[in-house]
Amino acid sequence: MKLDSKIPEGPIAEKWSKHKFNIKLVNPANKRKYDIIVVGTGLAGASAAASFGELGYNVKAFCFQDSPRRAHSIAAQGGINAAKNYQNDGDSVFRLFYDTVKGGDYRSREANVYRLSEVSVDIIDQCVAQGVPFAREYGGLLANRSFGGAQVSRTFYARGQTGQQLLLGAYSALSRQVANGKVKMYAREEMLDLVMVDGKARGIVTRNLVTGKIESHSAHAVVLATGGYGNVFYLSTNAMGSNATAAWRAHKKGAYFANPCFTQIHPTCIPVSGDHQSKLTLMSESLRNDGRVWVPKEVSDAEKIRKGELKPTDLPEEKRDYYLERRYPAFGNLVPRDVASRNAKNMCDEGKGVSKSGLAVYLDFADAIKRDGRSAIEGKYGNLFDMYQQITGENPYETPMMIYPAVHYTMGGLWVDYNLMTTVDGLYSLGESNFSDHGANRLGASALMQGLADGYFVIPYTIGDYLAKMPYDKVSTDHEAFKQAEADVKSKIEKLLSIKGEKTVDDFHKALGHIMWEYCGMSRNEEGLKKAKGEIQKLREEFWQNVNVIGSNDELNISLEKANRVADFLELGELMVDDALYRSESCGGHFREESQTEEGEAKRKDDEFSFVSAWEYNGPEAPATLHKEDLVFENVKLTQRSYK
Amino acid sequence: MKITLKVWRQKNDKDKGSLVTYQLDDISEDMSFLEMFDVLNNQLERKGEAPIAFDHDCREGICGACSMYINGKPHGPKQTTTCQLHMRSFKDGDTIVVEPWRAKAFPVIKDLVVDRSAFDRVISSGGYVSVNTGGIPDANEIPIPKKIADEAFDAATCIGCGACVAACKNASAMLFVSAKVSQLALLPQGKVEGKTRVENMVAQMDEEGFGACTNTGACSAECPKGISLENIARLNREYFGAKAKSDNQ
Amino acid sequence: MSWFTNAISSSLGRKLLMALTGLFLIVFLVVHLIGNFQLLHHDGGEAFNIYAKFMTSNPLIKTTSYLLYATFIIHIVWGIGLVMSNKKARPVGYNVTKGSTNSTWSSRNMGLLGTIIFIFLVIHLKNFWYEMHWGGIPTVAYAGESYNDLYTVTATAFSEWWIVAIYTVSMIALMFHLYHGFSSAFQTLGLNHPKYNPLIKGVGYGFAIIVPALFAVIPIIMFYQSI
Repeated sequence: MKLDSKIPEGPIAEKWSKHKFNIKLVNPANKRKYDIIVVGTGLAGASAAASFGELGYNVKAFCFQDSPRRAHSIAAQGGINAAKNYQNDGDSVFRLFYDTVKGGDYRSREANVYRLSEVSVDIIDQCVAQGVPFAREYGGLLANRSFGGAQVSRTFYARGQTGQQLLLGAYSALSRQVANGKVKMYAREEMLDLVMVDGKARGIVTRNLVTGKIESHSAHAVVLATGGYGNVFYLSTNAMGSNATAAWRAHKKGAYFANPCFTQIHPTCIPVSGDHQSKLTLMSESLRNDGRVWVPKEVSDAEKIRKGELKPTDLPEEKRDYYLERRYPAFGNLVPRDVASRNAKNMCDEGKGVSKSGLAVYLDFADAIKRDGRSAIEGKYGNLFDMYQQITGENPYETPMMIYPAVHYTMGGLWVDYNLMTTVDGLYSLGESNFSDHGANRLGASALMQGLADGYFVIPYTIGDYLAKMPYDKVSTDHEAFKQAEADVKSKIEKLLSIKGEKTVDDFHKALGHIMWEYCGMSRNEEGLKKAKGEIQKLREEFWQNVNVIGSNDELNISLEKANRVADFLELGELMVDDALYRSESCGGHFREESQTEEGEAKRKDDEFSFVSAWEYNGPEAPATLHKEDLVFENVKLTQRSYK
Repeated sequence: MKITLKVWRQKNDKDKGSLVTYQLDDISEDMSFLEMFDVLNNQLERKGEAPIAFDHDCREGICGACSMYINGKPHGPKQTTTCQLHMRSFKDGDTIVVEPWRAKAFPVIKDLVVDRSAFDRVISSGGYVSVNTGGIPDANEIPIPKKIADEAFDAATCIGCGACVAACKNASAMLFVSAKVSQLALLPQGKVEGKTRVENMVAQMDEEGFGACTNTGACSAECPKGISLENIARLNREYFGAKAKSDNQ
Repeated sequence: MSWFTNAISSSLGRKLLMALTGLFLIVFLVVHLIGNFQLLHHDGGEAFNIYAKFMTSNPLIKTTSYLLYATFIIHIVWGIGLVMSNKKARPVGYNVTKGSTNSTWSSRNMGLLGTIIFIFLVIHLKNFWYEMHWGGIPTVAYAGESYNDLYTVTATAFSEWWIVAIYTVSMIALMFHLYHGFSSAFQTLGLNHPKYNPLIKGVGYGFAIIVPALFAVIPIIMFYQSI
């Protein structure tokens, strides 16, 4: 199948307006004849479900959490970008668009990013009207800050809990539609398959996580807003439940998976403290404004520190290596996320890591405290320092903080066209679960923007275009396609429960995470990726022979839930490796050691790789087919990044 | 560290359930409380026993999923969420009793997992501003004094974990409900529907079977986000004001 | 249901009734205490007996007293109802609880304290109020007018150590009841403001300690006077 991105004709600034006029509308009286399924209730899912309900569609919304309010959008800290230009500092829709394309290292689709920037201003209005308590100035107007090295202050925020406040806003809109009877909410219900009838997405099969009941749900269109797949790495800043199962099973039914190797690694996370670690905690990258990153110059000193024989505060200045300041004198500690992350990894690979595990570098505030005083630092970062102390038991005012990079966000996801429809008719993908807006690297405070843009302001229009062409007839869940999908889901579950091997699901997940982190993490090369592919295949084979899933299907069964998800991660991981192997350039979060400048920086190959890779599933045995969507840049000039 | 755990095990909502004792020998004080449960569950799974079901998700103290009643207190000895509680808060050799939230409105589903959908129904009954998507005036059309915005924010930080209900001797949900009512009552956007909101939310709260507030203050003392009792006072004011002034006969 | 019954039967409304009746009873305590001071006049009970007659014959006070009875009944009946329905909100309890780390003892035991005070009230009413109204109380004449000699009844009662002991224990219960109840009533009325909270709490704690203490001191003094 040829990929058709359906980008409207015309100048970039007019594409969306024209498109909105050209697409078909569903008569208000007819909207109630259409059913829409929304899977996931984060920013994208909740806002989409609420908006559909307001328009008059019948919506069924699903989440695996016990309440839609707990989706992982809630954990976003920093803020949400919008081209409001409230600060009169030269921001504009075009500048936000330009920054986003450039920040994504020119691997995103211009038209989608421009639309995102365009609707960003409406998002803030919408959220304020819902009662989201954004930070304000004393004059009562909204406050902004500059975020992630942006040249303008366009980030709206609600302390360090912007994601929470936005999600609660979307959740309240969703709750209102639940009360109105337009949205039926299914919590603790996980999608396990997509159902296709006559080549169109017409429903899903779910498992009720409390009773284990396998249920079919039919609709005229299916919208996936199921988040990213960072948990492939086992350790990430994602929630424990975040998974790729819905997206992956849609992929297996025909939805192409785009740019799977594009993952973002955040440089300032609290390091792993031991094998028991289940999750990584992000510390706002604003810390790098005042903290200085260093490791000991000598491996022998690092060893002493690791053994606890030497305290970092006792190591004299001349024995420390402030490597970011040394290597990037112009940007110093404020180099972009991927550069900071890679350098930390390199230092630890050289044996200079400082925590017990050797996987950490210092972020030192001693100079800042000396310069500005403790109270000034406390005012800026007090809550972060408290959080650090709570988790690690160390006082960052007295001893340098330890940080290490962690998987944070996945730019890749289901391939979608301009209407956010996947390659499956009637199947849409929103938010982090699609690939569309962030290219090879996402800018800070843009994830929340994309989730809400997709849910509030894009999909409510574009889904109408599809539904207007659909007959009203409903497909019964007794249809053969549903019965078949149910049978497939059941047999997979039965298989998992019947293996009764010797290893736990977590054992496999950890092993997969280790492979992915080692070979498909911050720095990738051909040899490693090939090795990873073999190891993942072996691990997957072993999983299906030796995993031990306790209990039965007819109960709340946490082993089974995890097993279902890890089974999919084991397949997705291989596709990520394939994608990373094919893309032998470096771009954004994807660093191929073979493609670097003489100074060791990432080097894009625009003539060869200026495309979106979209992978088609061909069954368990056959390799996936690569389809390319060529990226055309008419409004942004391609440049190579340099931070020297 | 060596830890003796006494954990509530209950197969399903119909099972009677009981405390079961587990010994853990090799616990690092850097583990979070939930990571200790991961270790225990892994050991149980290796022995072919059913792991302990418990709610958790973000593990950074914001989603509100985790919900353990630890040694007589919701979320344990510190005023934080269970996921942000670390084993260094305990001593080597300690015995720790872990129970599910207990309330008529929060029935136990399995082991430590309870059904908190009552909270969702309370929010559905009015915890929103009735605006549709789109057609909204500019966000800066309504200036809001910083102090009011901050106060609304303080109320809005509620994570809906239910520790207030678990802590309250009456299993009252007053702190939860008051936090949402306060947030929206303070902001001009929310004032429009203020009266019907508070009437409906209180009615739903009562219908769910939560107890009444006797002002012990346990909810606020145990709230991981430190939601203040002032919100309950505001709920009372809003409610009686609404009842006296609203059009409902 | 009308909006009013709907409001007062809600969980908030029932608390409001407890608070309003509680505050009224607090005012009554002050009036009662002022009356009790008449016992300490060293005039053989004249001031007290005149006061007692005034309190039972003045029409305005008589009317108020009916309101007071109603208040007591509402406070007690609603209180019992509240405790019972609150118990129902947690049908299965915890094996371990550490309430002392998050709340005061008195706030968690208002029902128990109320019960003690209720038992005291029954004894108290039987001893004096019933006697005054329907009992065979001796009379005494001042300036040619006849008065019920309630003073003698009181003095006789307070010469018994065990009655004094019951009174003292009950006043301690009242102390704890007020320690929580006073400021709690303000909270229920929605009066909670960081600026005034210290004042409300301060006055509440002061009231909770001083008023019951003064109530308790009178029988003790009278007991020592009798021996």
